[in-house]
Amino acid sequence: MSLYVDIKKDLGSFVLETAFEADGGVTGILGASGCGKSMTLRCIAGIMKPDEGRIELDGTVFFDSAKKIDLKPQQRHVGLLFQNYALFPNMTVKQNLMTGLLPYEKDKKKAAAAIEEMMKRFYLTGLEKHRPSQLSGGQQQRVALARILLSKPGILMLDEPFSALDSFLRWNLEMELTHIIREFEGSTLFVSHSREEVYRVCDRVCVMDKGKSSPAVPVKELFESPRSKAAALLSGCKNFSAAHMEKDGCVFAEDWGVSLECRKEAPEGFCHIGVRSHYMMLIPSADVKDRKNMVLCDLVDIVEDVFSIVVMARPKGAKEAAYGAGLLRVEVTKEAWEAFCQKEHPDREIWVRIAPEDVMLLE
Amino acid sequence: MDWFPLYNSLRIALISSVIVFFTGIFAAYYIAKLPRFLKGVLDVVLTLPLVLPPTVVGYFLLLLFGPRRPFGAWFLSVFDTKLVMTWYSGIFAATVVAFPLMYRTARGAFESFDETLAYSGQTLGLNNAYIFWRIRMPACRQGILAGAVLAFARALGEYGATSMIAGYTPGKTATISTTVYQLWRTDNDALAFRWVLVNVVISAVVLLAVNMLERRDRASGKRG
Repeated sequence: MSLYVDIKKDLGSFVLETAFEADGGVTGILGASGCGKSMTLRCIAGIMKPDEGRIELDGTVFFDSAKKIDLKPQQRHVGLLFQNYALFPNMTVKQNLMTGLLPYEKDKKKAAAAIEEMMKRFYLTGLEKHRPSQLSGGQQQRVALARILLSKPGILMLDEPFSALDSFLRWNLEMELTHIIREFEGSTLFVSHSREEVYRVCDRVCVMDKGKSSPAVPVKELFESPRSKAAALLSGCKNFSAAHMEKDGCVFAEDWGVSLECRKEAPEGFCHIGVRSHYMMLIPSADVKDRKNMVLCDLVDIVEDVFSIVVMARPKGAKEAAYGAGLLRVEVTKEAWEAFCQKEHPDREIWVRIAPEDVMLLE
Repeated sequence: MDWFPLYNSLRIALISSVIVFFTGIFAAYYIAKLPRFLKGVLDVVLTLPLVLPPTVVGYFLLLLFGPRRPFGAWFLSVFDTKLVMTWYSGIFAATVVAFPLMYRTARGAFESFDETLAYSGQTLGLNNAYIFWRIRMPACRQGILAGAVLAFARALGEYGATSMIAGYTPGKTATISTTVYQLWRTDNDALAFRWVLVNVVISAVVLLAVNMLERRDRASGKRG
């Protein structure tokens, strides 16, 4: 149960150059919109043809430019769930499910039984004669998944499965979907631009940025210690600064004009640091004793969010740059903000502490 | 009243519509996949009969099918059959003139087709013929049906090219449109008016039928 992908394809605005392996379980591909995630899935499915490279699933070579192998999509037996589900609008639910079985099951009785069982499993009983346009988004997704599973694919590939749904519907569908892909025996590829989704659904994740992918790493690792700035950005980190090492083992954040102590070893090609906004702390000036890892900032803005307060602050040593650049984004809970305000009335200046263990060293 | 022109017009229109239906669809489907330059050239060539005066189309047809022209002469020597001034000459004229209507509407329908439907069919293992006839064609039915009706109506009303390549021989090559002109020219206004009415009735019936089909289509879509 393993997928091996190493392909290259010129997409005009950038070159898709992705290489990763997936062994069983759920592998996420996390990347911003238009970074080549969907194209990668389409190359694996055989709908699009890479310029060069190799794709192999469970010992079957799907594509190998060197050996001139290029299996038709029909020969690959992969299940690809499209963003819009791609149900056939002219067919009923039952006929749609039938198309998943058609190429494999010639016995009509067996086919009917398999479809009925699948309809029960996916809570679709009673909707046999409905057309896709009469179904809700969630029902459409279930039909599309059931249709794919009936064709017994060797791998399940989900392309942004929740992007077409309202946010309040997503949670339930995610629970359902997670359940379904846990039961699926083969590997699953899960493409998404949402780090939360990937964190909840996937075991491993590879990050894609402008067509370049990083090797798959366990999900927890990506969020706790991302390697690159792109990975950190995708994992939700909001504060970045160009940085270099200083002689005393501290890093100097160039955009913020401060020197920070840190705990981790600098990776090869180190050039940025990142700090998550909810790890930064506001310190009342009365409590400031040791100035290590403390940054004195000009207060720029206070934004009230649903469950938190976001403080935008410019470090005193920050380079003058375009609006928004060089700013620190500090996110604190409303309780913490109230406690802070009791000790100090935030006016023009504010102290921000960045703990050494929260400084991420990035390439 | 001699009903031959009605019979002749209908058979010419039906046969050429059938030809145009299939060739138009396949041209639309395959030309869409060609490289841009070739597509542009073919598109112009195939759409030209729509904008050219029918007499120019007739001229080109005579150039090709005339008994003393290369193809017409060859056909005459091999099959001992003339291609002009016979009833089926009208089919050539109607086909060429009606083709662009079918081709363009079918192409428009194919272009608005959601290609992911075909992709998902392929990944499910369905063969390309199934995808074409059972998924792509039904999804594009409205446009293709509209194209077929337009093509049929155009074929039925063809006059210019037909009069040049098939001429007007009562009981042999006369169609409704050439008959109307001939009757009017010979001051038989009353009979010409009857044929005009016949033509209007046929066209109206065709359009009504299409409207009813579309309505039933929409209703069944809702009911499921």
